Amino acid sequence: MTARRIGTAIKGCIPAMLDYDFMRNAFAAATVVALVAGMVGYFLVLRGQTFAGHALAHVGFTGATGAVLLGIAPLWGMVLMTVAAGLGMGLMGERLAQRDVAIGLVLALSLGFGLLFLHFFTAFATQATALLFGNVLAVDVGTVWTLLGLGGVSLAALAVVSRPLLFASLQPELAEAKGVSLRLHGVLFLAIVALATAECAQIVGVLLVFTLMVGPAAAAQRLTGGVGKGVALSATLALFEAWGGIALAYVTDWPASFWITVLSAAIYLLATLPRAAWARGATPAG
Amino acid sequence: MTAVELDRVTLSIGTHTVLAEASFAIHPGEFIGVLGPNGAGKTTLLRAVLGLLRPGAGSLHVFGQAPRRGDRTIGYLPQVRTVLPDLRLRGIDFIASSWHGGRWGLPSLTRAERGMIDETLDLVGARELAHRPFAAMSGGERQRLLLAQALLGSPRLLLLDEPLISLDPHHQRAVVELTKSLQTELGIAVLFSAHELNPLLGALDRVLYLGGGQAALGTVDDVISGPVLSRLYGSDIDVVRLHGRIFVMSGSHDVEHDEHRHDDHRDDDGAAHRHGHQGVHPGHA
Repeated sequence: MTARRIGTAIKGCIPAMLDYDFMRNAFAAATVVALVAGMVGYFLVLRGQTFAGHALAHVGFTGATGAVLLGIAPLWGMVLMTVAAGLGMGLMGERLAQRDVAIGLVLALSLGFGLLFLHFFTAFATQATALLFGNVLAVDVGTVWTLLGLGGVSLAALAVVSRPLLFASLQPELAEAKGVSLRLHGVLFLAIVALATAECAQIVGVLLVFTLMVGPAAAAQRLTGGVGKGVALSATLALFEAWGGIALAYVTDWPASFWITVLSAAIYLLATLPRAAWARGATPAG
Repeated sequence: MTAVELDRVTLSIGTHTVLAEASFAIHPGEFIGVLGPNGAGKTTLLRAVLGLLRPGAGSLHVFGQAPRRGDRTIGYLPQVRTVLPDLRLRGIDFIASSWHGGRWGLPSLTRAERGMIDETLDLVGARELAHRPFAAMSGGERQRLLLAQALLGSPRLLLLDEPLISLDPHHQRAVVELTKSLQTELGIAVLFSAHELNPLLGALDRVLYLGGGQAALGTVDDVISGPVLSRLYGSDIDVVRLHGRIFVMSGSHDVEHDEHRHDDHRDDDGAAHRHGHQGVHPGHA
């Protein structure tokens, strides 16, 4: 089997892989980002806001390209833009939630602006691909430390808001009656998502953020019945997908982002199978 | 002390006056059926008791105090909303999220808190049930679990907003009986809003009927009568009693029954829902 051959190849390659600095950096960065994406993504899927995550990533592209034009590191441009957009979306709240067309147009406009900035900065084609589709093998040590810092901030913030966020996400009417501010938690959460998105884009690029933020979380929610277990499984799956993607990229010389999307889709598919089979087998009762 | 007391209370949503100068008092331990047409202000009244809506005029007291959000003496079951079908989250995790749900930090519970939740689940006989995925439960099972949730923290007043909506008659009866036994056993006051009166007959102590900005509180015989309901509806209403059931008629037409055919009526506030007739909807047969 091809799968087995690849498996054996990976096993043989692990020590060799880690001899390279860029591989160590890639694994370190992927670890941080996968943990953040898996945990933040759990709540994103729970709240049915996956489209918002996707939208924030696109806005991040404008930030990143704009930053390059101004001579700032793209990561910071992206962080700034996504967090600002996340806060804005959170403040608009419900009014925005139902407006697919408006969000879609803003997405397109963001990419359009990104393209314009690239046009002004013509020597930038490689970096454009890296921004759009990620290039985890090009991450340097400095970026790893930055990601570690940003990841720490994201997860610390998530830990602080997780309790009211869970309540407000599952039972908004009751939470409101109990004095929990839906708007405050909506805004704080989208700011956290924005930060996570900017980090995630360093690994898989702005167009593929969905693959790490949503895939593992959605799979985890289909497989687990508890919140703690769900978050842990989501993070574990994201970690597995990110590491697997990098390892497969090393073996095959195909892009890591490609492999991550393949693993993410495959795992989600597997997670949905037993449930579909179960639903077919069971007869609807009362 | 009264459980809920209104003294010439006016409640408005925007410029629309839902309740004008209403005065009544509900006593601790009473089972009150809250009835009235859609838009008559059932949900609005419950929201005011919860402290989510301030009266425009008059004074409203809950156990002698002004309503405040997050009041621990009140258990609340909001009108049902959507549940994500893909979510495999267990019932117990779903309802546990409400326990001190406003606190910052991780949603972890101590052993004592978990024990308390289990005991509350025992009150409604749902300890086993609570370990199944919430989204996979039937409407009746969900209401049982949400009733347990409303009882967390031993409230003295339960506000149940349309808990019978979209349940079949069998499950409706089960929910009413369960609520009645909890009310008697725990000695708590219950405000139970409903579209129809008949499922509540036998369980309720008094009826609070809302309509036309007014409120009438009293026994079924006192309130469910032609003159009283005609005043609330602002049109001629006949009350027909048949085999222990009560039908509220406008001319030859059963107002409650017609109103309640539309199960998709989620909110009862706002004068938006006027189907066919004159926007009359009470506790239906």
